[in-house]
Amino acid sequence: MESVNWTAKVLAVTGKDITSEFRTRFAVNAIVMFALVTLTVVSFALGVLSPSGEIMAAMFWIILFFAAMSGLAQTFIKEEESGTALILKLSCPGTIIFFGKFLFNLLLLIVLAVLIVPLFIVLLNSSAENWAVFIIGLLLGIIGLAGATTIIAAIVSKASIKGALFTVLSFPILMPLLAAVIEITKTAFIGGTFGDISAPIQMLIAYDVVMITLSVMLFDFVWRY
Amino acid sequence: MLKLETKKLAKYFGRRKVFENIDICLRAGQSLALVGCNGSGKTTLLKTIIGLIYPSKGEVTYSENGQKLEFGQYRDSLSFVAPYFSLYEPLTATENLRFFAKVCGCKLMLEKLNELLSQVGLDGRGDDSVSSYSTGMKQRLKYAVALLKKPKILLIDEPGTNLDESGKEMVVNILDSIRKESIIIIATNEPKEYELADGICQLDS
Repeated sequence: MESVNWTAKVLAVTGKDITSEFRTRFAVNAIVMFALVTLTVVSFALGVLSPSGEIMAAMFWIILFFAAMSGLAQTFIKEEESGTALILKLSCPGTIIFFGKFLFNLLLLIVLAVLIVPLFIVLLNSSAENWAVFIIGLLLGIIGLAGATTIIAAIVSKASIKGALFTVLSFPILMPLLAAVIEITKTAFIGGTFGDISAPIQMLIAYDVVMITLSVMLFDFVWRY
Repeated sequence: MLKLETKKLAKYFGRRKVFENIDICLRAGQSLALVGCNGSGKTTLLKTIIGLIYPSKGEVTYSENGQKLEFGQYRDSLSFVAPYFSLYEPLTATENLRFFAKVCGCKLMLEKLNELLSQVGLDGRGDDSVSSYSTGMKQRLKYAVALLKKPKILLIDEPGTNLDESGKEMVVNILDSIRKESIIIIATNEPKEYELADGICQLDS
């Protein structure tokens, strides 16, 4: 038996979750169905109206946020409900589990964004004027979203009313992130430049770093007992 | 030499006492059976010893050659088998073993994998999904996962649960194969299983 390095252990956790997800499609189905239904409802509701960039930016993140909420908690809830959490706790350090789950949630969000963005453009007839700003905002946003939801999912997985608690607990923690990404996305929709969004970009980077660092520090306490 | 010690260990859920004044001292090569009726606190005591439940009073310490070990240090030497946890059902037995080998920090060669499956009586069933296994087969697979680490500390809650006669024999063989170098604690209310350990700790209900 040879030693396996830290990255390989993290990738093993992510890989296990991907394989399980491919075979059960629990989180992917929930996220994709929620995104499709919400997009369709919003496109019918707006009809031929052409809302401003501010409204479209908020609409985009509302769809992404609630679609993510419907599936991201599953990473830990599944471990607790299926009774696998105990053996996982005894198998490796909490940081490995956190980063493995974080990476899985990040991949789920990337898949969600790849699905939502083209559908949003087609169904709502609205597109970013500055794609570079849009993509930077989207990337920083989903990194923060994945980081925050991973630790919140670990907390919520111990509770008895998991589903409702996840969204309720996530919302105040994600408020600063949502405010900043909506500002960046709005700027992208109205054709603004990086100069216009330096403050929200700095705020997002700080949020992502603080959220992931704090999550790593707290994860063992949240997860082990 | 590895040593496990509990001092005045107690656990209360609210006002209800689960257990108190538990003093255990075990060294590598020694084994103990925690016995008592249903609800006497065997499982809670096992989880407290592992470090997954905070004791209300007292402490659990693991040490090697006089040096105290933290959870992260003794976790790599500790294996646990119980009927109430599960392995990953969408994965096959082989995938489960490979996954746990990787996260535990060891590479599992094909030869060792087949040897483990054979040891727990699952040879030829490694590529089947765990969800297709009977409860007894799932229990056998948990023993295979426990053996991946070559455990210096093995804790088993209800060793014979869900197992047929050959499964119970397998448990005896596994315990005999690691008994000399390991600390073994079993929790049981099956009198026949008391013999699997050197000593008994009786818990009151």
